[in-house]
Amino acid sequence: MSTKSNLPGLVRRYEKEIFKDWMKEQLADFSLRADLISETELRGQSAQFLETFREALEADGPASIKGRSWDELRTSLEEISKSRARLGFSPSETATFVFSLKQPLFALVQKEYESDPKVLSAELWTINLLIDKLGIFTMECFHKGREEVIKRQQDEMLELSTPVVKIWDQILALPLIGTLDSARTQVVMESLLQEIVQTSSMVAIIDITGVPMVDTLVAQHLIKTVSAARLMGAECIISGIRPQIAQTMVHLGVTFSDIATKATLADAIRSAFAAVGCRVVRREK
Amino acid sequence: MTRHEKIEVRSSDDVVKVRQRVRALAVEAGFSLVDQTKIITAASELARNTVNYGGGGHAIVSLVKSNGRTGLRLVFEDRGPGITDIELAMQDGYSTGAGLGLGLSGSRRLMHEFEIDSAPGQGTKVTVTRWR
Repeated sequence: MSTKSNLPGLVRRYEKEIFKDWMKEQLADFSLRADLISETELRGQSAQFLETFREALEADGPASIKGRSWDELRTSLEEISKSRARLGFSPSETATFVFSLKQPLFALVQKEYESDPKVLSAELWTINLLIDKLGIFTMECFHKGREEVIKRQQDEMLELSTPVVKIWDQILALPLIGTLDSARTQVVMESLLQEIVQTSSMVAIIDITGVPMVDTLVAQHLIKTVSAARLMGAECIISGIRPQIAQTMVHLGVTFSDIATKATLADAIRSAFAAVGCRVVRREK
Repeated sequence: MTRHEKIEVRSSDDVVKVRQRVRALAVEAGFSLVDQTKIITAASELARNTVNYGGGGHAIVSLVKSNGRTGLRLVFEDRGPGITDIELAMQDGYSTGAGLGLGLSGSRRLMHEFEIDSAPGQGTKVTVTRWR
């Protein structure tokens, strides 16, 4: 585009009108989720956005949104889209925030350059490119926001699913639930070893009643955990190996040959008590 | 009734997806709990091989019928480096990686039919079937 765009000047002169039109556009559209965001909040966001938009336009022009003058606008767009991702807006609802600005800008330019189609089409093209760039940027941020949510949930799950329980003096239990993919197993291993040191335990029971499948990788992780615990002076008992898992392990060729295993958690606790020299007796009536 | 599904196998997340789909189809085919576990375990081993050694590929899971029997067939295919010595690779405890070396041989024992097709530079294709 050789001719300089008049967009910055226009936006400055008609900021109020643009804002009014834009709000009308947004409020009429499905993108206003009254359940997720209040009108006052949306107005505040939009007004601030438009002001930053105008400042960036005046400083740098509409050719690119990468310049330093656009920093503030990009930051605020990032905040808006990430907060919308967290609030549960859909991607199109989020993108509409930016795209709905096209309509008022188009209308404005159309009115202004009615008599000069050449300038009109040039300005329309400029607006189109600019808003598209901002829209794409918004979507990228929205995605990042979503990914952060997922990552956080994954982290929460990692911690939730690996509680090390103290059963008795010197006896720990680790009830495992779900498939032991490697990331989780790492956390399991670490938290168990940590707990063994902190409680100076002698026996750790690893209960796999809630594990649906033991393949060679899962078995290898279990064996490594047991060996590491052993190096620290604690014996492990693996309990809760269900019949179908036992049969599968035999066919697979995986053996827990030098590891103590018990059918149930109760059996494991009994043998752990024996190992630390405790005896459970029924009270005489 | 032949149903089959193609699943991309590129990362360890995909291994989880393979297991879930195989489980769903095994349940649908009416396999017993022990058989389900065997099939899922074999699927897990082979899918992980595809990711770790084959550099990613795809799996085809299908319900098959033959002579009045129902079976579940899994095909894992990659375009990785291939296997130089298949006989050696099929031995218990042999692994070029850091695993236990039981994935391939164990899968053969867990399934009724096992077929492996591989050559250096040609990728690897493993087909396994378990009949009900």
